[in-house]
This record gives sequence, structure tokens and C-alpha cells, in this order.
Amino acid sequence: MYFSGGAELLFDKKKKHDVNLPAKETPWTIKDLLPWMKDNMLKERPELFIQGETVRPGILVLINDADWELMGELDYSIQNKDKIVFISTLHGG
Amino acid sequence: MPIRCNVCNKSATLKRPKTGDALCKDCFYYAFEEEIHKTITDANLLTKGETVAIGASGGKDSTVLAYIMKLLNDRYNYGVKLVLLSVDEGITGYRDDSLETVKRNQVQYDLPLKIISYEELYGWTMDAIVKQIGLKNNCTFCGVFRRQALDRGALLLGVDKIATGHNADDIAETVIMNVLRGDIGRLRRCTAITTGTDGALPRCKPFKYTYEKEIVMYAYFKNLDYFSTECIYSPNAYRGFARAYIKDVEKIRPSAIIDIIHSGESLSVKKEVRMPVQGVCERCGYISSNKVCKACVMLEGLNKGLPRLGIGKTHKERRKMEEMLSERGSNSGSLSDMASLDSALSTTDQGCDMSSFDSDQSLNSNAESSCRHSISDQSKCCNNERHASCCGDRNCVTIEKITIFDKKVDQKVIDF
Ligand SMILES: [Zn+2]
Ligand SMILES: [Zn+2]
Ligand SMILES: [Zn+2]
Repeated sequence: MYFSGGAELLFDKKKKHDVNLPAKETPWTIKDLLPWMKDNMLKERPELFIQGETVRPGILVLINDADWELMGELDYSIQNKDKIVFISTLHGG
Repeated sequence: MPIRCNVCNKSATLKRPKTGDALCKDCFYYAFEEEIHKTITDANLLTKGETVAIGASGGKDSTVLAYIMKLLNDRYNYGVKLVLLSVDEGITGYRDDSLETVKRNQVQYDLPLKIISYEELYGWTMDAIVKQIGLKNNCTFCGVFRRQALDRGALLLGVDKIATGHNADDIAETVIMNVLRGDIGRLRRCTAITTGTDGALPRCKPFKYTYEKEIVMYAYFKNLDYFSTECIYSPNAYRGFARAYIKDVEKIRPSAIIDIIHSGESLSVKKEVRMPVQGVCERCGYISSNKVCKACVMLEGLNKGLPRLGIGKTHKERRKMEEMLSERGSNSGSLSDMASLDSALSTTDQGCDMSSFDSDQSLNSNAESSCRHSISDQSKCCNNERHASCCGDRNCVTIEKITIFDKKVDQKVIDF
């Protein structure tokens, strides 16, 4: 996972995270991933990252360098070695 | 099964918010660049032979703007001379990273760079101001000074025009804010693609119709180097809410951003409505609805040792000022007209509004990561938000103030 545009500030100020998800009976989707990130990775102010069951509007998500809006968003099932990128657009430019 | 590009059938990498099209990288680059080119040519933003200063903060919008302007200027032979113009507020530690980014951009894009400091512009660094007035009110200074800094810097450089990275999201947000505030004067002006065409130093916004999402995606795919932990000296809660609102409606209906801009553009004001009169500051020539602009009132206060002049409840300060002025007679080059001072003061108590550096307030309350003023303690800022505080232990040198802006500048500058 990669964080940029300011999103990294919420995740230990680190841009790159190698994540191993625990084994689960059903495949992991982004919808499962977000609350897991909130519990296990998010260091501060979760409301800046998560809103309801999805990411806060203004945070862009890319799965293997493609817009998640083309990949089924929350329903996408995560594959081994997927690259997931979160970019905040909420910072000044 | 990957979605295919609507244009060339390769696998798509992004969904355009404006049109809903799925595009591959190359088709996206093409659409993005051509649309900006069209914006520039349709609105006649550039004229051959001009020197254009690109307001460069090191952030995403201005970084992409510099890249695109350079690219289009070469591709379409606009024949303009481009210069990067950055403002250094003089806050120890805080600009280092973003100025480094701008310096890298200078090399990467092969554009000349001019960094202009608050000290050159105002005679005061932000550090020195904070030292004088404490952190409680520095946002007012920060906001007012920042708003003028780019214009003043560009005037000093003698360029013909400023281009800024304001994007469609920013403009929609400003429309909403002006509607909520009932600020009809600004509402008229904020959707204009260029401002100050009649004699003043013009500003243009080539990204007026460009979505933030696309700017960020473009920067990401092109690996453009930008800086995103902007230190916001003064979080502006009000703009933060407007921003969150825009992002929420965009999620539901992506065209909302353009629609809001169009709504702003199509508003017309009845002739009978009295619009605020745009005058010019009699001290510095900056556009101001009062005789003396806010920045000049504040500078006067700083220079006279009454740093709180021009911020908040000022009766006491004003009385002191009046006494001082009457002791000296009225010819000390200071504010000669108490009425204009009064009216200037009466409009200054509205908290900070950092037009070009605004960001989500709460994202930035973690100021330690970005601003060294936070080292020693925390205090309340203008909006009663927790705010990084000044270390306060540096030696503050009160420099003899530079007076370039005491003499009148012929050219008007635009209040943005
Ligand atoms: Zn294509
Ligand atoms: Zn503030
Ligand atoms: Zn002035």
C-alpha cells in the first residue's frame, strides 16, 4: 500500500506499507479492508480517512495503478501482491 | 475483466469525473492537456511576447500548472516567457521542503525561478511577526499578507501576468463560500477566468475547468514531484466545510463542480444593487474597498509597535494610535486619515482566509510535522482551533523596515 498527498500523515507518516492480511474464509474486498486498516494501521483522526463504510470523499484510490472507480470500488476483491494507493487531495496546492 | 478505454480500447486507467469516460493513460493525458489548451485559447489567457509568472508553492496544483504551461507553450508556440514565482514567508523550517520542491521543478522544467521573501515585500518575516504578536492572531496577518504577496512579488519582478493553479474544485468552493457569506462582490469576481484586465496586473486561472482529481491523477501518473504537507499557519474552518461539502456532492454527482461554477457565472446583479466600490489603497496601490488596505494597516501597527492594530477588538489600540498620531502631528507618513483607518479596522475582524493555501482545517491540526513553530507549546488560534504555537525563543531581530511599498505604485493590484 502507498499513501501520498498528505494521506501518509495519518499512517505513521510512512508512504509505503507492506501489508499481510490475515486469512479469511471469504475473499478480502476493499470494503473489508477499510475497517481493518482503521483498526490496524490508521494512527490518528480516522474521520479524515474513513467516512461511513468508504473512504472520505477527496481521497483517491488506485488499484494496481487504475482508478478504483473502474474496478468496482468497495466490491473489488483483493488479490495477492495488489498495489493499492491512497492519495489525499485535501491538502493545499 | 478490465474496463476498456472509450477512445482506443486499451485497458482504462481512470474514470474522468467531468465526463464519466473511462480512459487509458495516454488518452487521458491527451484529453487533459488539450482541454487546458482549449481553455487558454478560448479565453485568450496568453498573448505572444508576455512574461507570465506562475505562482509556485510546490503543491500539486502549481506543480502541474508549471509542467503543463511549459509543455503547451512549447507544443503550441504561445510565445510567452514563463517564470516560477514563489513566496517565502520567512517561517523557519516550514518552507524548506516546499521551496526545495520548487527548486527541483525549476531544474526539471527548465524555468527561471524567483523566490521573493516577506522581508523583501513587507520588511517583516512571519517569524518576526509571530514573535511580535504571538500566535493567537498571526493567522490574520498570514491571510492578509499571503493574499497580496504574489501580486506584490509579480509587480516587483515586472511581469505582465500571473497564472495561478486554482482548479475547478477551488472555484466551486469559493462560489459556495461567497453565497453563504452573501458576498455579492466577490461572488461576481470569483468565477472570472482572468481578473484585473483594466490596467491592473492580470491574473489568470488556466485550471478553471480542471478537476482536482484529474490534476492529482495526472501528477501521479506522470510522477510529478510535489509537496503535500503544506503547513497551514491558520486553519480556516469555514473553507474546510465548504471543501468537504464540494467533495460530498461531487461523489454523488461529479458534474456538480462545473455546475456550481456555471451557476456562479450566470448570476447577474440588478443595476439597482449597490456594489462595493473598488478603490485603491492610498499607501500601496493594492485594490481595497477602504482608503488604506488591510495589509498596510497591519504593517503600520507592526512598525509602530502596535502589532494588534488591525486585528480583533482594537479600540484600545486605536486610541493609542490616535494619541501617537496627534503627538507627532499628522505628517509622519503614517495613516493620515483616521476615518479611513476606522473603516479599514472595521472590516478586519473576520478570521483568516488564506485563499491560495487553504486546506482542510483538521488535516493540518497536526502541525508538528510541518511547522517548527509547534515545538514548544500549543495555543488557540483565531477559530478557537488548536493550533501549532511558536517556539518563541528565537531572537527576534526587528529590522529597519523596507519602504518600497510606502511609495505609491502606479499599477493597481487585484484583491483576489
Ligand atoms: Zn486510450
Ligand atoms: Zn488561525
Ligand atoms: Zn495598502
